[in-house]
Amino acid sequence: MTSSTDWPLWEVFVRSRRGLSHTHAGSLHAPDARMALRNARDLYTRRNEGVSVWVVPSAAITASSPDEKDPFFEPAADKPYRHPTFYEIPEGVKHL
Amino acid sequence: MTRTAALALGDDALVLSHRLGEWAGHAPVLEEEVALANIALDLLGQARTLLSMAGDEDELAYLREERAFTNTQLTEQPNGDFAHTIARQLYFSVYQHLLYAQLAAGNGPFAPLAAKAVKETAYHRDHAEHWTLRLGDGTEESHRRMQHALDALWRYTGELFEPVEGVAVDWAALREDWLTLVGGTLREATLTLPQGPQGDAWTAGAGRQGIHTEPFGRMLAEMQHLHRSHPGASW
Amino acid sequence: MTTTVPHTATPEAVFDAAVAADERIEPRDWMPDAYRATLVRQIAQHAHSEIIGMQPEANWITRAPSLRRKAILMAKVQDEAGHGLYLYSAAETLGVDREELLDKLHSGRQRYSSIFNYPTLTWADVGAIGWLVDGAAITNQVPLCRCSYGPYARAMVRICKEESFHQRQGYELLLALSRGTEAQHAMAQDAVNRWWWPSLMMFGPPDEQSAHSGQSMAWKIKRHSNDELRQRFVDICVPQAESLGLTLPDPALRWNEERGHYDFGPIDWDEFNEVLRGNGPCNAERLAQRRAAHENGAWVRDAATAYAAKHATAHQEDRA
Repeated sequence: MTSSTDWPLWEVFVRSRRGLSHTHAGSLHAPDARMALRNARDLYTRRNEGVSVWVVPSAAITASSPDEKDPFFEPAADKPYRHPTFYEIPEGVKHL
Repeated sequence: MTRTAALALGDDALVLSHRLGEWAGHAPVLEEEVALANIALDLLGQARTLLSMAGDEDELAYLREERAFTNTQLTEQPNGDFAHTIARQLYFSVYQHLLYAQLAAGNGPFAPLAAKAVKETAYHRDHAEHWTLRLGDGTEESHRRMQHALDALWRYTGELFEPVEGVAVDWAALREDWLTLVGGTLREATLTLPQGPQGDAWTAGAGRQGIHTEPFGRMLAEMQHLHRSHPGASW
Repeated sequence: MTTTVPHTATPEAVFDAAVAADERIEPRDWMPDAYRATLVRQIAQHAHSEIIGMQPEANWITRAPSLRRKAILMAKVQDEAGHGLYLYSAAETLGVDREELLDKLHSGRQRYSSIFNYPTLTWADVGAIGWLVDGAAITNQVPLCRCSYGPYARAMVRICKEESFHQRQGYELLLALSRGTEAQHAMAQDAVNRWWWPSLMMFGPPDEQSAHSGQSMAWKIKRHSNDELRQRFVDICVPQAESLGLTLPDPALRWNEERGHYDFGPIDWDEFNEVLRGNGPCNAERLAQRRAAHENGAWVRDAATAYAAKHATAHQEDRA
């Protein structure tokens, strides 16, 4: 077996229309960034799904670990005062 | 006049699309299955529009004899290895892109089609150029195969610049631009622009007159067989 | 919205609670080894099926009888390559490499759907594959959109959305033949006769013999049993066949008022097992073609790798 197809893995992000952010669509293999971009265009926008594509080497992504889930995200859960629905405003007050 | 031109351009697109369709299930890497099919589908779409300008698309595709097809011989050349397919793509897509760009800028009968197709062919060209770079400047083997393919197909390129009646473009400028672009890509890919004749009566280049190479007859036999076996049927 | 599990819970308890609460498991979550192995096996088999499944239909691209049909068929075969890629991408989130999975396919250590070991003998087979084979696949796949493993479920959502045209084009193709000339009608009926039973086998062995079903259901990888899905498919197909003006090749097929379902005849599981074992009409050819494509492409992949190494820092597309 050759090891020729050890083409690196790329993560693909597609902006579906102007005004929206890029969203993760999936991954693919490509030898370099330019081919990755081309492959992403062919694979993930066959049905007009995109107006812009990003490709990122999967190896370049640093992710939060699921083990850190609680310390990472739970502290935000008990700060309801960050959300507008926390506040009571008398009826009839506008533009607030 | 428009009919002659529509057939010539339509046959090019139809025949090359068919050849690319033969790759389905055989591509060197899965991503390339998708890419080659995209190009084939674009070309088939162009062919359908062009043939419909000349008559009924299916009658023209399935019921004409070999001698009535006016595609260039380059488009009918068998796929060969991936290098041959890429060399054929490079030669043809640069030509087609330049041709459609000129047509799109004019106001003749092909301007609306060309305006759409020029975007498609820009991508086909880009695909061919990127692969030419990778095969030319990849490994020793890929370089050898790519140079061989470029040399082998070179003699079919002259015909691309024979004026087609009803196609209002500056053919001399087209040829010059084509040489510059193809030459530039080959240089960057560490490949050599072939030096042989670009086709004459003794080598190649009579597709527009309905003279084709032997493999084309077999290609048509396969393409037309089912349609012809059921005269008058609709599908 | 979130599952409440005590902070001290074992990873296994966290996993079980998430599955029980119908939450999705994501790539970096802890998961039982057997869950991971089951998913890798299933997703890989599914991906391989898409890739091998290109062959019987690609067999007709060069002979499609109208340009409209040719465009449809090319787009469909292309979609299958795309679906294979989505699925390999989902499998790779589980820590396996596509190359490794392709190796296993090429060496026969991983399977693909047996249905693709039957030949496409006439143009009508393209229609029968669309209607019956894709129809059965969709019946199987729709519940997978809710599978407990996130990347697989998301791939299936995309695939199901794209596949909705596959089944319809097959049905439309058969309808044109059925309403066409006598020869065309006969071609359509012949294709349905040959593809009906293999399509029913696509749902896998009967529930009492299905090796992996129980655990997969518990893990919510699978949502319905083989027999349930098979029955659903039969119930859908019978009226569709009537509208086509074609018959299904099963004399035992009749409405059962009491069950509220169609009864159907016994399936030839010997045939199923033979094809599974590699003795189907096209097993050897399908694998040989796949291997040849891969081997003949090695120099191309090598070239691109070599080029990338030489130009590692040279290229940068427009910045986002």
